[in-house]
Amino acid sequence: MARGQLPLRHHARTDFRASTSMAMSSDPLNELHAIGAAFSATAPKADYWTLRLVSATHEALAVRDDVAEPASLSLDRGAMISVVADGGLGYAATADLSPAGLRAAFARAADWAAVHGRLGLFAGYFHPRSRLRERYRTLVREPWDSLGLEARYGLLFDACQRLDIDARIVDRSAWLGHASIAQVLISADEGQLDQHWERVHCGLAATAHAHGQTQTRRGGGAEQPRQGGLEHIAAAGLLDDAERVASEAIALVEAPECPNDRRDLILLPGQMALQIHESIGHPLELDRILGDERNYAGLSFVTPAMFGTYRYGSALLNVTFDPTLPDELASYAADDEGTLARRVHLIRDGILERPLGGALSQRRARLRGAACARACNWDRPPIDRMANINLEPGEGSLADLVARVERGVLMDSNRSWSIDDSRNKFQFGCELGRLIEDGELRGLVRNPGYRGRSAVFWRSLDGVAGPQYRQVCGVRNCGKGEPNQSVQVGHAAPPCLFRDVEVFGGGL
Amino acid sequence: MNQEAFFTLTERLQGHLQGSECLFANLHAETTDFVRLNQNRIRQAGQVQSAGLGLTLIDGARQIEGDCTLSGDPAADLALASGLLTRLRERLPQVPDDPYLNYSTEPTTSNQCQTADLPAPAAAVEQLIALAAGLDLVGIWASGRLASGLASSLGHRHWHQSESFHLDWSCHLDHDKAVKDSLAGRDWQPDLLAARLAAQRERLELMARPQRTLAPGRYRAYLAPAAVAELLELLGWGGFGLKDHRTRQSPLQALADGTAQLAPTVTLTEEHRRGLAPGFTAEGFVLPPTVTLIDAGRFGTCLTDARSGREYDQAVNAGNEAPEALAMTAGDLPADAILERLGEGLYISNLWYCNWSDRNTCRLTGMTRFGSAWVEQGRLAAPLAVMRFDDSLYRLLGEHLEAIGAERELLLSADTYDGRTSASSLLPGLLVSGIELAL
Repeated sequence: MARGQLPLRHHARTDFRASTSMAMSSDPLNELHAIGAAFSATAPKADYWTLRLVSATHEALAVRDDVAEPASLSLDRGAMISVVADGGLGYAATADLSPAGLRAAFARAADWAAVHGRLGLFAGYFHPRSRLRERYRTLVREPWDSLGLEARYGLLFDACQRLDIDARIVDRSAWLGHASIAQVLISADEGQLDQHWERVHCGLAATAHAHGQTQTRRGGGAEQPRQGGLEHIAAAGLLDDAERVASEAIALVEAPECPNDRRDLILLPGQMALQIHESIGHPLELDRILGDERNYAGLSFVTPAMFGTYRYGSALLNVTFDPTLPDELASYAADDEGTLARRVHLIRDGILERPLGGALSQRRARLRGAACARACNWDRPPIDRMANINLEPGEGSLADLVARVERGVLMDSNRSWSIDDSRNKFQFGCELGRLIEDGELRGLVRNPGYRGRSAVFWRSLDGVAGPQYRQVCGVRNCGKGEPNQSVQVGHAAPPCLFRDVEVFGGGL
Repeated sequence: MNQEAFFTLTERLQGHLQGSECLFANLHAETTDFVRLNQNRIRQAGQVQSAGLGLTLIDGARQIEGDCTLSGDPAADLALASGLLTRLRERLPQVPDDPYLNYSTEPTTSNQCQTADLPAPAAAVEQLIALAAGLDLVGIWASGRLASGLASSLGHRHWHQSESFHLDWSCHLDHDKAVKDSLAGRDWQPDLLAARLAAQRERLELMARPQRTLAPGRYRAYLAPAAVAELLELLGWGGFGLKDHRTRQSPLQALADGTAQLAPTVTLTEEHRRGLAPGFTAEGFVLPPTVTLIDAGRFGTCLTDARSGREYDQAVNAGNEAPEALAMTAGDLPADAILERLGEGLYISNLWYCNWSDRNTCRLTGMTRFGSAWVEQGRLAAPLAVMRFDDSLYRLLGEHLEAIGAERELLLSADTYDGRTSASSLLPGLLVSGIELAL
């Protein structure tokens, strides 16, 4: 296919009624194309190189206790150059996108490639070569700019005021954020990937205090950052959810502590997102398994020999890596090494199938992986990351799950997360718990938490609700890597039932 | 970006102001070589040059914030920054008055430049790899220049610049048996690195012994300074901020209310005078040399940023309401008496992934990591299988605190999420009569 005729992937088609005018006049991809083309025409010689150009605009608004916090607008632009030369691999990041600036960065990357060639862990040619030509654009129904700044604040003031339902509410806030990120990745092999993501995140938080006890409840989309536009605000219930959020915060300070014992556990999608993230997503990262992260984020209890045979969970456990879904946070056409993104099973019917490793890690480990080499921004190199890691739905309703529990607790919304450096022994805390007795939901309990081992926990999975109960959530601060990187990942799951789990409440 | 370029840019930018507008400009810039290692070989190596300019435009009772990435080209950067200023000016009428707007009206100045004769990064890493021959070394080398600047249309002029290296590494046996160390500063000493690696080789012999797996329960323990840093880093998340206290969300609420108390030997201070981090805030306030956070077991003073300062009518003493230069007063437990005083229990060299179990009771959880060992008869006996603790700081720093180390370690943060950080802590180790292991 000739340069400039990039296929538009069907899953990510833009609503052109909304975006054509912007694309014609100020689409940052056009600017990045021009910079990339100028660089390509005069690129220094090397065995291989990639240039990844990023232009991002972030906006954040918040109202706390009916007072607007300062609005922020962030304009970020820079480039990452990776060079394979002299048998090694090096990188350089710069915000100087002039021809001279990029050439200088190329030279610095080449210098490091030469050092890597002498002292590297693997040969530079392990870096994948990409000829891929794709483009991706987030499906946006209501563009961010269709609502003015004053109107956005109006929305947040309204939401914040709705949280003010009782004197026991001591802190209230509502927030709204938007990111527009354009990225062009070009390669020495004439690959070109144009990707433009838009993300919206809104939320509410209410903190109640009484009798020496403080409880915070969040909602209004707080657990559901998405790709898309302003249409997400109504879907997330920024306004409509306020009364529930504030009422539950008050109810929680008045509630008894979660019991300390072993019982069945139902996790709602907000907490399932974190459970999947920490004890499936991270352990399956191939760079952990290869030892790259041992000094910081840690290693994994999973070993290469387990793929294809290891029983990770019960037969109900089906987990996919799926960057092709239009509404999830980490969807894309290709990863930052230039590998085409596609849906794959990580765990099928409880059996571990493949790790989360990009093409470079796959070559090092001699294992099949996924298109998941991602960088958080232009100033960091790609490493193995999660994208959208989803637990596939089963059958039945949440009520069906509850009906199967004689003595249990339901938990929702993560507020505390901790897991060992092999991603095995975990302890998670939730905002809200509700007792289950004889197949029926009972009263709220506060400070609910549970602990266990990844290697055992998923085998106790005994119920997965159906697709109509699936909810798309996300994690906006997934950290790992040296130097450190924080990325956003998506997780979708229905409510799930686990048997015989150690649960606990607060207090000394 | 250097000092002259920053002040020239901001002076020109101030020429674009209109009417009664006031502008605060902040810079955070770095040039850093990062070399990532695995199996004592280079995994990933490169250089990052970045400079972020933050602007706060104020007019009357309104303020608005923005930032942009600078390229290093003066003309291009002025065009970029003035473009951002124009966009902020367009937005300013659309934001409401801010009753908590707070900035320094006294045009203070400061200038701190810490230079260093750093080695060429490639040469230093080559030395490291040679010295660590035979070890499975994993970690990160970071070196280069950091700069922070502040200029305002009211006349503030502050500059803080440092050059340093930071090597953060661990050496591994099978799976999770490993020992960790770090070396940072402005004076690269290969002999010191060699000595540290030799000590690690010795400690790895202990880690090679069969590991000791403990049942949940309460155990005596010594927490080394790096482990204490993990506990106090979490405590810094809401423990000392004025807003957290006034909204009843602080894990130290009971201490502040006087219904709980820590051991009288516990004193924590925020030591801005250490000088590793900039001594000024984005709003132009100069930070006090020290802030006493916990004074002999009782709550001291909250950290107060500019916004909380206005909201709650308190003096500003922090850029953010979390410590970035924490210090704990030393005790009387000499280093050579630690194991003997511990007798039998856990020597916890590092903790990992701490988080709150229940903020209301200052109860937290986390994992033992790196080089933690079981001690018997006052001697390191066996490596410890990783264990989860779940306990309250009211106990660990209160009734269960037996002794505080006489020597303190200066621990420089290896955090690089938003670029290299200048945060640090100066901490002793702690001997406790019991820590609750949960899993």
